[in-house]
Amino acid sequence: MTATDQLLFRGADWDFRTLQRICDACEQVARDELGLDVYPNQIEVITAEQMLDAYSSVGMPLFYKHWSFGKHFAFQEASYRKGLMGLAYEIVINSSPCISYLMEENTATMQTLVIAHAAFGHNHFFKNNYLFKQWTDADGILDYLEFAKRYVAHCEERHGRLAVEHTLDAAHALMSHGIDRYPGKKSLDLRAEEKRAGRRRAHEESAFNDLWRTVPGGKVKTGAILDIERRRQMLGLPQENLLYFLEKTAPRLRPWQRELLRIVRHIAQYFYPQSQTKVMNEGTATYVHYRIMSRLHQQGRLTDGNFLEFLQSHTNVVFQPEFDDPRYSGFNPYALGFAMMQDIERIVTNPEDEDREWFPDIAGTGDAMGVLRDIWANYRDESFISQFMSPRLMRHFRMFHLHDDPEERAGILVDAIHNERGYRRLRRELARQYDVGFIDANIEVVDVDLAGDRRLMLRHTVVKSAQLSEADTKRVLQHLADLWSYDVSLVESDASGTVLKEYVANPRNIAVAA
Amino acid sequence: MAIHIVDRRLNPGSKSLENRQRFLRRAKALVQGAVKKSSQDRDIKDVLEGGEVSVPIDGMDEPRFRREGGTRDMVLPGNKKFVEGDMLPRPSQGGGKGRGAGEGDSEDTFRFVLSRDEFVDLFLDDLELPDLAKRKLAEVESQGIRRAGYTTSGSPANISVSRTVSRALARRVALRRPRPEVLAALEAELADCSDEARRAELLAEIEALKAKIKRIPFIDPIDIRYRRFETVPKPVAQAVMFCLMDVSGSMTEHMKDLAKRFYMLLYVFLKRRYRHVEIVFIRHTDRAEEVDEQTFFYGPASGGTLVSSALQAMHDIVRSRFRPEDWNIYAAQASDGDNSYADGEVTSRLLTDKILPVSQFFAYLEVGQENGLSYEMPNSSLWTLYEGLRANGAPLSMRKVNERSEIFPVFHDLFQRRSQQERNAS
Repeated sequence: MTATDQLLFRGADWDFRTLQRICDACEQVARDELGLDVYPNQIEVITAEQMLDAYSSVGMPLFYKHWSFGKHFAFQEASYRKGLMGLAYEIVINSSPCISYLMEENTATMQTLVIAHAAFGHNHFFKNNYLFKQWTDADGILDYLEFAKRYVAHCEERHGRLAVEHTLDAAHALMSHGIDRYPGKKSLDLRAEEKRAGRRRAHEESAFNDLWRTVPGGKVKTGAILDIERRRQMLGLPQENLLYFLEKTAPRLRPWQRELLRIVRHIAQYFYPQSQTKVMNEGTATYVHYRIMSRLHQQGRLTDGNFLEFLQSHTNVVFQPEFDDPRYSGFNPYALGFAMMQDIERIVTNPEDEDREWFPDIAGTGDAMGVLRDIWANYRDESFISQFMSPRLMRHFRMFHLHDDPEERAGILVDAIHNERGYRRLRRELARQYDVGFIDANIEVVDVDLAGDRRLMLRHTVVKSAQLSEADTKRVLQHLADLWSYDVSLVESDASGTVLKEYVANPRNIAVAA
Repeated sequence: MAIHIVDRRLNPGSKSLENRQRFLRRAKALVQGAVKKSSQDRDIKDVLEGGEVSVPIDGMDEPRFRREGGTRDMVLPGNKKFVEGDMLPRPSQGGGKGRGAGEGDSEDTFRFVLSRDEFVDLFLDDLELPDLAKRKLAEVESQGIRRAGYTTSGSPANISVSRTVSRALARRVALRRPRPEVLAALEAELADCSDEARRAELLAEIEALKAKIKRIPFIDPIDIRYRRFETVPKPVAQAVMFCLMDVSGSMTEHMKDLAKRFYMLLYVFLKRRYRHVEIVFIRHTDRAEEVDEQTFFYGPASGGTLVSSALQAMHDIVRSRFRPEDWNIYAAQASDGDNSYADGEVTSRLLTDKILPVSQFFAYLEVGQENGLSYEMPNSSLWTLYEGLRANGAPLSMRKVNERSEIFPVFHDLFQRRSQQERNAS
């Protein structure tokens, strides 16, 4: 074969045969040279409008209907039309087969980049990272979403759209507190979940007998009041998964409402690993696409022109504005992740003395891909940064740590900079920024006054004196009270137990009116 | 491992449509307010354009537990000159967030585009459109049918024999189906032939040909073509709408606004019925002139009042530009009802002799002061005059309006009345 025959494509145009060639070429590099292990790939070509659709339903191909997705669509469409926002080149779904959406407007080079990035980079990460393995069920998710969509539609038919909307609104408000943060019980099996829901519904329908309504009830046993400890234990308190708690114990919820809470909770749980691995996930995908594209160019399968086009997009993606740049909005996960992956490759293959001192386990071991694959499988953003951020990289980004105490009149303190004294502190603080346990407010259900007015009691443990925003909190609590159907109180207290603020919400009657 | 590539572009887009409608329904009050506001600033023709509206986002946000304030630690890139222990001055107020005021603005409201139908629906909805009129407005143009080539499926009644046969012929030729003459010739030869070997040869050949004839039917289902028809909107006659308005000093902005809303409704109504709708704006004091919309509603003018001047102007325009045979003529007159006494006779004659005979519909809208009560309005000179004409059987519709909220009911009323009149007339 001559060199020209090896080219994957010429110019910017592509057709489906070209895509197939691109996929095959990427796969060869990904599997044979990088040793990636991926779910089967499915690549779908879509239009810009479909991409907007996908955006507004959290990237999922099918989702239940809710007005807030329409709001996001209107919002995103408006900013897209105004040119404020470009569309992502791709959306990739953590499912098996792993589905990547490519936009039809992309050039052939962009399609290659996107396939390398999504279908191999993200895909490998989804399949191998421990969090995804533990918390998500790639085989079941699409079926589960299909079930959720059907179930919500079914509920709307039976119980009215408004009642369903109220329940979903309330569930969405609590979504970020509907997550199990610690593995324990068992990993998610969404297919079984779906079957179980169906069976339960069938059972309810078959076992319904109106006669039972007429059976005279005996006197309620008023046994000895359970002691507090035992009661709390039976309710599984304290409980930080508010949706789970409501689903299991809210006294007046209808079965279908419990099922809706369950659906929202499962979906929140499904996305939980993504929020913990943003830097790693994007870093991995970017590193993989960079390796694959470079290799394809080396093999003579991409022209110099196409490779330059790729480099330009790549550079844009990994651009990190500095803090005083108007474009700055925090660390760019692509830039940070990619820089760290490359840095690790350097440490493994070509370390300096400093690296040997900081990373004795990996420095100079030589097998960069082996080390990276291991990291990709076993870390999340927080642990990844706290263990693999090198002094060299901190110098490269010229990082510094600010400590902003509102009590301090003089201003904001520069607490550490990129020097010998500061490296470890910088690294610890940066890792903390990615610690979800630290980012989300720590709110727990602490008790229920079962003997009294059934008031549900919650506690927010205030960290670094950051309290909840008042307006939002009142509205979320209102939703919570509607689901619980009795009063709900939330106490904010600091670590020493001093109460800083207390909220109380009374239920409106809409949630249970259905 | 084969990679599956799927082209989803042909899948129906706008999966979000349903969600979008839910959002609109939920935000209806907000969107309606926005539509109302934006329709005030629009020209009559633009009402049908749909367009951008902005909705305050706080009515629609979704609350979450959020933390704010407290001590904050952050690691930033791009240190150029700081050393450990430096104190940086806080960015001016705003919780140290360092966000400009401009950014806050764009988060408070967001603009999005309503489609034409969404806009008109909300526009009409605002006016509490009763069901009856809605049906009328939704009325589509009549459909005609025309030939549009051929198709492979359809009803037996539409089979095109000639097209089917010609395709069958083409297929038979292409597949070399033996012609009956060839077979007949062979069979004739067979009948005459006595040589055994030749007979066997002929027999085999005949068998082969017959088999081939069987395999290639005379008419195959794939040959069949049906005539295809498609529906086309039948060109509906055109309409012209005359907006007549008294602009003498006594007409306040409020009155003009009432009139404008009425004209808007009339325009939307006509636009849904006719393909072409022209609008003619005639304003008058003691003289009438044809003007553009901007001047009509916003241009200053003053002088005495002669209603007949406007009617005369309308009559002239009709004569010169809109032949009543070709155009459906509508007129809506808005006035506070003042007319000079001497003009009554002329007005009455113009209306009965010239205007009403060529008009489909003539509405007279008497606009009153804000906060007034329409039933308390004393009968003006013009009102009394028209009332008299109507008593003599002239097809005039007239209403008094004070408040914006009355516009739609009045509009609705007028159009109901009109259909009755039509029935009476026929």
